[in-house]
Amino acid sequence: MRSALLDTLLEAQRSGRSVVLATRLSDGAQELVEIGPAGAREPRSMAGVSADQVYAALRAEEAQVADTADGPVLLRPYTVPRRLLVVGAVHIAQVLARTSPEVGLPATIVDPREGFATRERFPGAQIVRAWPDDALERIGLDERCALVVLAHDPKIDDPALTAALGSDAFYIGALGGRRTRRQRRERLLDAGFSPQDVARIHSPVGLSIGARTPAEIAFSILAQIIDVIRNPGASPLAR
Amino acid sequence: MTPTAAGHTSADPVLEQAANWLGEGRRVALATVTRTWGSAPRRAGSHMAVAEGGDFTGSVSGGCVESAVIHAAMEVMESGDPQRLKFGVTNEMAWEVGLACGGEVEIYVEAVH
Repeated sequence: MRSALLDTLLEAQRSGRSVVLATRLSDGAQELVEIGPAGAREPRSMAGVSADQVYAALRAEEAQVADTADGPVLLRPYTVPRRLLVVGAVHIAQVLARTSPEVGLPATIVDPREGFATRERFPGAQIVRAWPDDALERIGLDERCALVVLAHDPKIDDPALTAALGSDAFYIGALGGRRTRRQRRERLLDAGFSPQDVARIHSPVGLSIGARTPAEIAFSILAQIIDVIRNPGASPLAR
Repeated sequence: MTPTAAGHTSADPVLEQAANWLGEGRRVALATVTRTWGSAPRRAGSHMAVAEGGDFTGSVSGGCVESAVIHAAMEVMESGDPQRLKFGVTNEMAWEVGLACGGEVEIYVEAVH
């Protein structure tokens, strides 16, 4: 690999562009294919690899080999990283912010309250000290986002859930005991969401492993998000 | 602060480290899992970067073939020619660097220069 190609690849990732690196294994020839809004194109310098094959590797988020007359071509996708948005800069959020980058989910912490979302409490995380409706609109919730709501305060939690249910976020979770959940459900139904919409919210949040401490709850949440990523629609766990 | 999608994203840490090593003037090779069969521990596309001197980051297996890949990486840095490696229980090298898990893995090693 040319170092200039490595630089281009890193720059694409840093600026949030999805790319696929095509490498012909017989002679090491390489081409970086940018994925635009119109989808993928075929590598211009390599015969026998289709745009569909490039796009399939990107969709699967896993490298694939295309067999061509000139030998196998490795298609290695570099997708825009997922991210974790945490609303409520509470103790669980601190553990999430420290650990979620390890599983490819860098954290953004949202909390409007003085003293909660501080640099001291969240070193390394992106911090947005604003109300969730403002913050989430600026951040732009999309299908690469997981959102966890932990504030335990409807003034903060409800706008976040409203934004999340109106988005393609791939995971939505909300902390809350039985009474909180029942009341929240009623408020969301009253606000016009359907029962199917509300069912997108994982609550009680996290896998049911008897988690008690903030750290244990944080790990149960991360495990649940991993389950959703790795087992779309077919979890080996009873969700 | 106006958060944007771009503001959050970060690059693959293994590739970042490879670029850092290059920036220090060290030679670098990159190993990538191209195909796996059976219960291989790392998915296709997994990277391991190796620097001149033997420092490495990332992984291409559960740790069973990394030494052999580092050795190949040194040769690739020297020659500039990429190598394709295959490890598995059916491999003649299995007694030394095979996969204890019973899977098979194919790895592409290239110089970054």
